[in-house]
Amino acid sequence: MSNNSYQAVIARKPEIIRKATGIDYAVFESGGISFDYERMMSQAAYNLDKIREIQQQTGVGNTPLLELKNMTALARQVAGPGKGARIFIKDEACNPSGSFKARRASVSVYHAKQHGYKGVVAATSGNFGAGIASQAAMRGLKSIIVQEVFDSHGIGQPEILEKARACEAYGAEVLQLTVGPELFYTFLLVLEQTGYFNASLYSPFSIAGIETLGSEIAEQVLASTGRKPDVIIATHAGGGNVTGTSRGLQRAGCESTQIVAASVDLKGLHMASDIDFNRKSFTTGHTGFGMPFATSPDRADVPRNAARPLRYMDRYVTVTQGEVFYVTEMLATLEGLERGPAGNTSLTAAFALAQQMGRDEIIVVQETEYTGAGKHPSPQLTFAKKNGIEVRRGNPIENVPGKAIIIPEHPGQINIKDINLDRVRQSYLRNALGSVNNGALSPQDIEFLAAETKLEVAIVEKKVSEIQANL
Amino acid sequence: MSKAEQGDWVQIYQVILPAGQRAPQVPVETAGVPLEMWVKGFLVEKQAEVGTDVTIRSLAGRLLQGKLVTIKPDYEVNYGSPQPELLTIGVELRAILEGNGNVE
Repeated sequence: MSNNSYQAVIARKPEIIRKATGIDYAVFESGGISFDYERMMSQAAYNLDKIREIQQQTGVGNTPLLELKNMTALARQVAGPGKGARIFIKDEACNPSGSFKARRASVSVYHAKQHGYKGVVAATSGNFGAGIASQAAMRGLKSIIVQEVFDSHGIGQPEILEKARACEAYGAEVLQLTVGPELFYTFLLVLEQTGYFNASLYSPFSIAGIETLGSEIAEQVLASTGRKPDVIIATHAGGGNVTGTSRGLQRAGCESTQIVAASVDLKGLHMASDIDFNRKSFTTGHTGFGMPFATSPDRADVPRNAARPLRYMDRYVTVTQGEVFYVTEMLATLEGLERGPAGNTSLTAAFALAQQMGRDEIIVVQETEYTGAGKHPSPQLTFAKKNGIEVRRGNPIENVPGKAIIIPEHPGQINIKDINLDRVRQSYLRNALGSVNNGALSPQDIEFLAAETKLEVAIVEKKVSEIQANL
Repeated sequence: MSKAEQGDWVQIYQVILPAGQRAPQVPVETAGVPLEMWVKGFLVEKQAEVGTDVTIRSLAGRLLQGKLVTIKPDYEVNYGSPQPELLTIGVELRAILEGNGNVE
């Protein structure tokens, strides 16, 4: 019998992951800091035409692009003269499992089936679980979802409890854990015991599955307005949404479209804290994932993360929980779309950002997600109040993550806060270089870091030597 | 009802890692509590009392062991209480849009 202690299982990780993904990640490594990202994406996954075909087989994608005319009109009323871009939204809630995560799941589940796996396992507390369970149901595979959902008092996050219910509705076994990164230990054990496929959020299959979202937006915006979108805004957590959408847009010839990432500001709350866990209302789309996954992407359940958001984002902004709840109500009452709330993070930022843009410009919010019991502003605020969080109307600048949720009194109070991307890139470089000065980097490593940070080679060389000088 | 029959939909519980044996990187408040797990499935034994160790067959068909904690567990999520902070937003926004609101 194998040793199932925490240390022993973690030590078996490389072998477990290799069997469970069917990918030998080592062949993409250079031996230095760099790896061949594009080769990994092209060899390990499928091309865009094949992905469209895979997604068509299970009813994924081809979701409507809706113009939010009333919200655009409202943004124009509160904006300066001549300002207020047209706001469009990609209604991803129309996917079979109710979110864009069906795109990520579709390719993984197809691949697992093609390669003879009997089932799929995913570590996720979000919409991805339902995506995997739904796709697995369609293709006749078993599914197991591992969730982080309770604090040590057994109190569950309502948003995640709903996602567990959805997974079970699609026929998945759901393992519900208390707070902590050791969820990964349970996940590895399940993979080892079942021999199922690791349907990682961060595999090339998952990211390639989102590329169709970007290409559909490019086609639909062109068809309905005769032009390319000026700005695409994506809710940012683990980085896949920004990465896949941007790659799809680039393939569709939208190289000059600005990519904006948006997260809910949860600064100060520790993601692995048993106490902080239920002091937040948003369990995804927040800075607690957004920042670490931007500055150190290779922290996921695969050796190399296919989600590399810093390569693509031109701007990174935050909004507050209260503002997202407000805009979720706005979307329901002005546009007749009950969606979100977590997925409306980017919509909230878009409402503010549109006011900085010209009236002839176009901003596209690239997702919606389904709403359900527990996963809705009303139960989430009920839960917040039970956990001692102050909830009131006021100016959102008074928001304090984990302490006060401030619902705006007026649409003019919705604002975005810019995160200094130079600092994020600096922290990415520091993480990539590690704590030891290993001397001059190879030209290959420098080029890799330049692509990773969307910076010129000369600038990266300068920054690298500055960081190394301080080690 | 504290006794489950074979085939009943039940929830079982396991401690995955006891307090003090958590991963080194977790904060102190997390290190001091166990990593726990709940999972649902159909009872395999003929009969079992709540609090005893049982086997279930999960929706994926796996046989899993743990302590029986709940028989026919409810889904606890709902739409919560009406929130006064949210209820008037629609009316306010519609008024602004129709030119009757207070635009600052």
